[in-house]
Amino acid sequence: MISVRNINKSFDGRQVLFDVNLDIQEGHTQAIIGRSGSGKSVLMKHIIGLMQPDSGHITVDGIDINIIPYAELRKVRRNFGVLFQGGALFDSMDAFENVAFPLRTFTSKSESEVRAEVMECLGMVELPDVGKKMPSELSGGMQKRVALARAVALKPRYILYDEPTSGLDPETSNTIDELIKSLADQLNVTSIVVTHDMHSVLNIADRAAFIHEGRMHWTGTIEDLHASDDKVLRRFVKANEYQIGV
Amino acid sequence: MILNPIRALGKYSQLLYHAFGALPEFGTYRVNLWQQMMRIGIDSLPIVMLAAAFSGAVTTVQTAYQLVSPLIPRSIIGSIVVPSMILELGAVVTGFILAGRVGARIAAELGTMRVTEQIDALEAMGLNSIGYLIVPRVLAGIVMFPVLYVAASFVGIGGGMLVGHFGGFVPIGEFLEGAREFFQPFDPVFGLIKSLVFGFTITSISCFKGYNTSGGAEGVGRSTTQAAVASCVFLLLADLVLAATLL
Repeated sequence: MISVRNINKSFDGRQVLFDVNLDIQEGHTQAIIGRSGSGKSVLMKHIIGLMQPDSGHITVDGIDINIIPYAELRKVRRNFGVLFQGGALFDSMDAFENVAFPLRTFTSKSESEVRAEVMECLGMVELPDVGKKMPSELSGGMQKRVALARAVALKPRYILYDEPTSGLDPETSNTIDELIKSLADQLNVTSIVVTHDMHSVLNIADRAAFIHEGRMHWTGTIEDLHASDDKVLRRFVKANEYQIGV
Repeated sequence: MILNPIRALGKYSQLLYHAFGALPEFGTYRVNLWQQMMRIGIDSLPIVMLAAAFSGAVTTVQTAYQLVSPLIPRSIIGSIVVPSMILELGAVVTGFILAGRVGARIAAELGTMRVTEQIDALEAMGLNSIGYLIVPRVLAGIVMFPVLYVAASFVGIGGGMLVGHFGGFVPIGEFLEGAREFFQPFDPVFGLIKSLVFGFTITSISCFKGYNTSGGAEGVGRSTTQAAVASCVFLLLADLVLAATLL
């Protein structure tokens, strides 16, 4: 379980997160939604310890990641797989090498075992034949799928998705959504999806947390989201042109 | 305004502290070291040798031009060109070339990795990004720069000797005689020390600039330029400090 407690964060004197609290339950798919610049991605980077809060704490399975030494933090991070907004594939390696990288770095598997696992991961994202391609030769959607294969290579307990469908066409977005759902089922992972795409949220999430102007404005289940009459939340949802029912 | 350089120095020291802290895990990153040694050292060899050959040749021609007198033996050309290459030109010419070629490449590479979140991806996997990216580059600079310096010095002296001989300024025998007469055993040691310091300075500054890039493509361009300029400035500074303290 991940707990976010009273997180505050400023950049150059401008506060972007105000006293943010959130509990992410084991096995759930938690969406963190909000407008661009609302602080969602900053919150995600705090969850994995890539940013340190000015005040507040984040605990992962009971470990306060803000006070542990760097070496311990790195061990905690190995429980996470992260899909970054642009994929963040290593552009000096082909798709196969990208997926093999965490396996070669963190496990003592033989080359044939690594090969088998990479093919399994690429198969999970339905791209078994792109191993030899460099990231620059892949479309945006394919890059995200290969990045997803890399994120799950070490069988993490938590997968973080930063805007997984941004910049993709609706059909590719649906494919990514389906992959997120099927990976959550197959690997029984806890998923945290940072997005402003309400279509994705309604499709894949169990729970949603709405950040507005750096504050945690609303949290609840997707059913609660449908029933909510919170004006700010409804305005955000309607701006996504989706009817969520009353 | 005054705080910025102090802040940068603080961040640079912090980066070096973390880089040294990552040394015990070097086994994980050693594959990267060989790649970097090839890129920094072997790939730079042709341009370094070309520049060194011309430096030696020009020094010979200019020395000959300045010493046209029947009272001065021609062998003096060798005793000026050889120490010049060993003490100064071999290391400094190599340093400037590496500041432009290697420093800019390191900053652009790491800067692009920073703005495209590849460094965040390494960290998110649980890898020490400083250990993985910076330690091998700095070590490769420290190891390969002296190799390039030795090559540059030999080729520079060779270039000067050949131009002296075929240009009719000084025969090879006299050139070598002059070189032997004024040779100090400490000169190549000083050159090697200088090349070690230059290798560290150029690679560490470029890594620092690239690793701390922000602001997208424009930021990468800015970091690349700053890395090359700062490397050259600190190289000159280190050159002066070393000459003043060791000679």
